[in-house]
Amino acid sequence: MRSLWRFWPDVRARLGVYLFIFVLTLGSMGIALLVPMITGWIVDGPIARGDFAGMLAPLALILLIGIAEAAAVWLRRRLIAPITSRWEVLWRERLYDRLQYVAVGVHDAWPAGQLLSRAVNDLSQLRRFFAFGLQFLIASPLIVLGGGIILASLHPYFGIIAIAAAVPTVTAIAVLERRYRLASRSAQDTMGEIATDVEEAVQGIRILKAFGRSPWAAQRFRALSERLRGFELTKAYVDSWMFDAAIMIPVLALTAILAVGTWGVIGGWMTVGQVIAALTVTMFLRMPIEMVGFLLADFLMSVTAANRYWEVMDLPLDITDPDGEISEDPQPHSYAGHIRFDAVEYRFADAEEPILAHIDLDIAPGETLALVGATGTGKTALAALLPRLQDVTAGSITLDGADLRDFRINELRRIVSVAFEDPVLFSTTVRENVAMGLKHADVRALPAAETGTSGRAAGASGTETATSGPESGTSGPATSTSGLGDAHGPDAEVWEALEIAAAADFVRRLPDGLNTEVGEQGLSLSGGQRQRLALARAVIGKPRVLVLDDPLSAVDVDTEDRVQTALRRVLGDSTTLVIAHRPSTAALADRVAVLEGGRITDTGTHDELLARNRHYRDLMGASSHAAAETEEVRR
Amino acid sequence: MSPAQPDRADDPEIEELPPDISRRARRLLASLIRPHLALAVVLIVSITVGGIMSVAGPFFVARAIDDGLPAAVGGDTGPLVVAIAAVALTGVADAAATWLSIRLNGRLSQKILFDLRGRLFTHVQRLDLRYHERSTSGRLVSRQTSDMESVQQFVSQALNGMVLSLLTMSAIAVTLVVMNVPLALVAFAGFIPLVFLTVYAHRQQRSAYRRTRTSIARVIVQFVETMGGIRAVQSFRRQRPGLERLTGEDAVYAQANTDALHGVATFAGGTRLIGNLSQTGIILLGGWLVINGYTQLGVLAAFLLYLRRFYGPLDELVQSFSLYQSASAALEKITAVLDAEPDVDAPADPQPLPEQRTGTGRSISFEDVSFAYDSEGPEVLPTFDLEIPAGQIVAVVGATGAGKSTLVKLLTRMYDPSTGAVRLDGVDVRKLADARLRESLVMVTQESYLFSGTIADNIRIGNPDATDAQVLAAAEAVGLDPYVRSLPEGYDTDVKKRGGRLSSGQRQLVSFARVFLADPDVIVLDEATAHLDIPSERLIQQALARVLEGRTAIIIAHRLSTVEIADRVLVMDAGRVVEDGTPAELIHGNSRFGRMYSAWQDSLA
Repeated sequence: MRSLWRFWPDVRARLGVYLFIFVLTLGSMGIALLVPMITGWIVDGPIARGDFAGMLAPLALILLIGIAEAAAVWLRRRLIAPITSRWEVLWRERLYDRLQYVAVGVHDAWPAGQLLSRAVNDLSQLRRFFAFGLQFLIASPLIVLGGGIILASLHPYFGIIAIAAAVPTVTAIAVLERRYRLASRSAQDTMGEIATDVEEAVQGIRILKAFGRSPWAAQRFRALSERLRGFELTKAYVDSWMFDAAIMIPVLALTAILAVGTWGVIGGWMTVGQVIAALTVTMFLRMPIEMVGFLLADFLMSVTAANRYWEVMDLPLDITDPDGEISEDPQPHSYAGHIRFDAVEYRFADAEEPILAHIDLDIAPGETLALVGATGTGKTALAALLPRLQDVTAGSITLDGADLRDFRINELRRIVSVAFEDPVLFSTTVRENVAMGLKHADVRALPAAETGTSGRAAGASGTETATSGPESGTSGPATSTSGLGDAHGPDAEVWEALEIAAAADFVRRLPDGLNTEVGEQGLSLSGGQRQRLALARAVIGKPRVLVLDDPLSAVDVDTEDRVQTALRRVLGDSTTLVIAHRPSTAALADRVAVLEGGRITDTGTHDELLARNRHYRDLMGASSHAAAETEEVRR
Repeated sequence: MSPAQPDRADDPEIEELPPDISRRARRLLASLIRPHLALAVVLIVSITVGGIMSVAGPFFVARAIDDGLPAAVGGDTGPLVVAIAAVALTGVADAAATWLSIRLNGRLSQKILFDLRGRLFTHVQRLDLRYHERSTSGRLVSRQTSDMESVQQFVSQALNGMVLSLLTMSAIAVTLVVMNVPLALVAFAGFIPLVFLTVYAHRQQRSAYRRTRTSIARVIVQFVETMGGIRAVQSFRRQRPGLERLTGEDAVYAQANTDALHGVATFAGGTRLIGNLSQTGIILLGGWLVINGYTQLGVLAAFLLYLRRFYGPLDELVQSFSLYQSASAALEKITAVLDAEPDVDAPADPQPLPEQRTGTGRSISFEDVSFAYDSEGPEVLPTFDLEIPAGQIVAVVGATGAGKSTLVKLLTRMYDPSTGAVRLDGVDVRKLADARLRESLVMVTQESYLFSGTIADNIRIGNPDATDAQVLAAAEAVGLDPYVRSLPEGYDTDVKKRGGRLSSGQRQLVSFARVFLADPDVIVLDEATAHLDIPSERLIQQALARVLEGRTAIIIAHRLSTVEIADRVLVMDAGRVVEDGTPAELIHGNSRFGRMYSAWQDSLA
């Protein structure tokens, strides 16, 4: 209930129109009473008298009222449509924006589909409620109340009957409300699980196909879907009782009024007119009362939807600027890039043991430090601390002596550039995917981007057309040259980064060069190709601090070699933390830190460590017995 | 306001709907209702009974006042008591029938939705990779959520109202004709403009509702993509462009929705206007008829009473109609997915695989095989032949883009060859039942996806019937066990809970554990150890060396450590096998492989 009330500021902003619409709703319900009265008067008066001309005036009134009523219906729907459609997308915008800034750790606790079902299903439920349900939910009890007062004024006994009918109605609602709300909450949560399941089954389709597990997935989905059906049926069953009450109670009241009324007429303490009036009012009240079954269900579903919406909106923003806000685009100052980890500890919120503890590291400006450790020792968790995707749970990390938490978050993320081992490309052009790593210029400021894919690069217009294929060559000669690979001109930086990542060759061969749409909605690229684009994005514009999480795991040895050489040449100035699984990557570093069980156990140059650290030799595959062992087993 | 976006040019099958799509969508709806016809009939009967009872109530009220009351005043309370009892009884009967029909309607609509969800899910699973690579998960999610919701709105709310309204209207239409033909004709005359209005509203709403379906799908795609890549979004400060994009897509959606609802407004207002105009016309004509003695006053009074009940249900119909419009736009989208036929499909009459000779693996042969992803596109694999005897372990090496992955995608039937045939123990893989093929041949790639559930559940993807002990053994074999044991809930740890979040290396170990559990005759590994550290990779190789005994294996790896366990090496370049021999032969010759091998040796410490 309170969660619905929290939408009040938005309603208040449009209160004038909303109230006007409410008046129209009440008005069109009231008109329904007026017309039969005039009709009755025409039939009893002019027609009965045979006065044709006399019936024309009241008939014209009926005609006018009829037109007015139709206009009210039309206007009501017409006015409410843009308001509630707008609210729906506004609320979704807020939800999306909130989620974009919520810390990664919080995100991980939410299954994807739960967020989606809130953003889509729950909000469309709320749109319908504000467009229709709420109006009638307020109007119907008012009308019923008015009817009750009329009944009481006709005769006190009728008033008693009306109150007597209200008691079981309220009781029935109170009994059924809780059951319906619980079922509705479960149903809407299950809808979220269904969304999650569908998303997983599509994203994991290769695994399901490789193992022939589609039938298993289908069975899993059916079980979920069966659960949803169960909850929906519970809703329907509770609803059937609500309808039952909504139909029975006015009928019983009608019977009572009829009985009491006729008894009164026989007894002489009531007139036939009173009875007929009371019956007419009761008959008229049937409609709004019968609607209660529907309105109540709609209301309870909306309460659930609102609860689910605010649950997400109330997620805390843990990782922010020092002042608790998040400023969008702070320009970075210049930094030397001196990174220090000081007694850093990191623990997942729901874990008992920290995954990283007592991490002390000092990475000098321009130094490349390789982080080496076995699978699952916390390397990726450590890397996520630098761009503050996660915050340390104890200790501190400083950049040029200032705690990372004292930076504005987006300034920090401009200074620290990242390539993840699981490369994510966005659904846009290759150019924009790479250039978004640029430190100073936002991609939309690039002239080529403006001429080339104006709508897409601007991103803001919302009208961009996802074209690819030969037709999109119509974007003009200027683009086709820059799109197809020229080391000079506006795209020079992009090409340079692509060259470093050994991605320039394959990008040139793409159907539209830099303008090729990639990402989930574009051309699908191989893992190695995606990884190299992500690397190009990380290194473009020579970032001050670079974090590379096993950046070449999916790349062949030859390419790896080329990339290593280029990286060594270009990244002399960047402070780099690179997670390495292979000797060749580790050898690229000035210094190597060995991570073992969440602690740094040794640091030194690659050669020093090879010479003195047995665990390191194992990790680098340099202990000769390991290879021999494999060989033996094979024989 | 932004204009509607043109559909994407590069995936016409996914976005552009064929011209007869609405017919197909109706056929789909009919096919969903057909199996539950008996239930539907009972439902209609109970709705009808409820409708009759609710009309009968007022009739008995009138009887009580007109006949019962005078008689009771005269001393005979019998008729009055009977009439009052009848009012109460019809009310109870109405309530009971409504109670029943809401339950039956719930059952029917949930059955329909359950069937449709299952059908769509199964079909999406059946669609081949070619389809999935062009589509996005977000779009398919929107079919199962947002579109399904539109269908649910219609089947759970509109069916009831539609049946009731149509029944009431036809019953009253008959009554009107019986009462007075000319007046009835005037009443029916309203239907002529109504037909035009309906056609107009249908057109207007259809295009708007179709746009809502397309645009909400785009919103969902954007949402899913952002939340799935939240780490990259935050690191690269993509929040603002992301929001702008969502807002842009959503503006189209809000506009389409507004247009659709404006269509409903026109329809609802127009219908009410027509109803009110005919009512005025009837009073005018009726008054004239009565005044000139052509008909009775009582007839006109009754006629007018019924007329209100005749036009009243039109509101309900308008509402149902717009729900239907919305649902049919959604059904069209769903139909388009259901109509997509996979190129790679299960055989009509599957052939059996020959009996497995214990511990030999299965032979593989590529005969005259060539492959292109597109019929017009370039050939990725030019025509070739390849024989791999049972039990051989083959390493396939070559630069990125040489066609190694494509080769194994043909063998594992992710794609079918453009020409020629791939055979497993002499049987064309296209002739094998999917379950049979998958149980004898399994592939692991560098992509290691985890599904919601526990770690044990995820390993069991390899074999859903595996015992706990088997799951444990598989995890031990790949070196995952120590880590899993360190978790508070061990194998029952939920992989989506933070404590259970596995690193990419650990996820890859889960993939291996799946294979060990699946226990196939042929194992295909495509860069399956890319994310592992060297000791883990070694451990896997030791385990593989044991496991591959008596099986056939094809292993693709950039790191040539794999070759140590291979019997044979294939070097690929530009879609062709350019070198083929034992590792020993190739390492020492002046071959490409020799050069690659020494480069790899150099990359080691």
